[in-house]
Amino acid sequence: MTATDAPTDAPTHLTGEGDQEMAPRAMAGGAEVLREVGSVLRISEAEAAADAPDAETTIINMGPQHPSTHGVLRLMLELDGETVLRTKPVIGYLHTGMEKTGETLTYLQGGTNVTRMDYASPIFNELAFCLAAEELLGLELPPRAVWIRMLMSELNRITSHFLFLATNGMDLGSTSMMIYGWREREEGLRILEMITGLRMNHNFIRIGGSAADLPDGWQERLGTYLESIPPRLEEYGVLMTNQPIWRDRLQGVGVISTEEALALGATGPILRSTGYAWDLRRDLPYLAYDEVDFDVIIGSYGDCFDRYAIRLNEISESVRILWQCIERLPEGDYRIQDKKVTPPPRARIDESMEALIHHFKLFTEGFKVPEGEAYAAVESPRGELGVYLVSDGSATPYRMHVRGPSFVNLQTLPHLMRGGQIADAVAIISSVDPIMGEVDR
Amino acid sequence: MSDTNAAPAPEAANEVVPEPETLHGHPVTRYFGQRVVHVGRTELVGLVRTLRDEQWVQCLDLCGVDYLAHLQSDLPAGIAPERFEVVVTLISHAARERLRIRVQVPADDPSVPTLFEVHPGTEAMEREVFDMFGITFEGHPDLTRILMPEDWEGHPLRKDYGIGRIPVQFKEAPGA
Repeated sequence: MTATDAPTDAPTHLTGEGDQEMAPRAMAGGAEVLREVGSVLRISEAEAAADAPDAETTIINMGPQHPSTHGVLRLMLELDGETVLRTKPVIGYLHTGMEKTGETLTYLQGGTNVTRMDYASPIFNELAFCLAAEELLGLELPPRAVWIRMLMSELNRITSHFLFLATNGMDLGSTSMMIYGWREREEGLRILEMITGLRMNHNFIRIGGSAADLPDGWQERLGTYLESIPPRLEEYGVLMTNQPIWRDRLQGVGVISTEEALALGATGPILRSTGYAWDLRRDLPYLAYDEVDFDVIIGSYGDCFDRYAIRLNEISESVRILWQCIERLPEGDYRIQDKKVTPPPRARIDESMEALIHHFKLFTEGFKVPEGEAYAAVESPRGELGVYLVSDGSATPYRMHVRGPSFVNLQTLPHLMRGGQIADAVAIISSVDPIMGEVDR
Repeated sequence: MSDTNAAPAPEAANEVVPEPETLHGHPVTRYFGQRVVHVGRTELVGLVRTLRDEQWVQCLDLCGVDYLAHLQSDLPAGIAPERFEVVVTLISHAARERLRIRVQVPADDPSVPTLFEVHPGTEAMEREVFDMFGITFEGHPDLTRILMPEDWEGHPLRKDYGIGRIPVQFKEAPGA
């Protein structure tokens, strides 16, 4: 390819990925080693090249079909014995061209596309997409719609973090935690299903509000779920947090500093685990997060344990926000009463020809969005999830770009893994919590 | 929908700035209160480095746009629209603000100096832009395709790249 000056006599690689793979150390120049190990450490190229161990090293593939890579992540690891020297994530196995697809779908259909990116927290994808489109349209949402969105986000954050706890437990050999995490997540998904009709890929957040109002009895159903969570989190404390084996597996493993996390673009729990208090919900509030009371959880050592503990405690904070939603959810419209983006109510279609035509036009042609560009971001369970939209004034986005937090956070892996044990690699991948649907889009 | 429901005028969204705003000598436009800096590609790295040392500590995003089918009409005076654009989003945690940088990249020489030396976190993003748009980043340590297979031809997010479709073959009408 154009920029890599890989030696032309390089042996044929084991797979067809060619230059995307990690080159053996003998062929990797100082620059390549520097990129893989030292770019954030600020060491010189000569130092990086001289970093080679005395003994012969081995390059192994981990993934893309490894049970603990959370999807189709492939890591190439250079090992010196059991010590990991270099790591290179090779991605793209789940690339489905969603950004290109997004250019052919109307803004109404766009939600069904983006919701499939980060499939563990689909509400956030829809929310970021809708916020960007609403910025272009200049829509001001009714308070109930805003609060419904916040409620859905936090509920989704809880299920996403439970999924993390489950997979983290599974990766570290705690199968009880896997079952527990899955059980709690499934209960949360049932509430999401009651509200949206679907377990995942909801397409519930729509431009101008949400697809439907909350169903009758949602307070009791959600309240029961929320009441069940704190005792279970306490149980996890006994099962994992205070358990010496669990701590030994996680503490001091995969350490990253604030400077390194900032330089690598890491956001979310990875950045917060270094003791850096940055949470978009508090610092650049969107929706109604400035009206609710919650704490930003930060760590202090930047290790896997901090990242685990942050997510565990963020569940409690989300529970706090959800209780406030139950108490304070305002009455009113769940969608903006703007006929440009909101279809007429179902009952009107039976009695009014105009409403039928309007409904038909809205769902076939869509609505035009004024020319311009907008970037909107939300704090997803994995970090800053941003959507950059460019509109040419038509009913489909001219360009839709998604800044997936998992995609950027993956870049911390080579750094987190360096010098660690191969057995810890699984713990580190798990603590980054990448969702490959969002990495590859 | 009728014309009365047409999109609101863009002036309502675009804040009108009385005097041309600049940042380190580069023209600034505003979108929904968000500052957008327009900079030439040769000055990009210098500007981002200066900004990083001020307070724009993190590069959140770097993406490309292909304006082949819709030339930009929102550029300030002195910035000529080109086919490609590289959009960089920086964030300042101290000012609690994001800053967008738009760089025009001509179609006949699609290359931009890399930001890797300033923000190592742009490594994967630049590879993605290269993969999707064919924009090269001079000085990037490992400019290979990241999402598409290595032997893929073309750059999918370019506007002249066709969407995957199986062409439908119609039989000739009998007697035609």
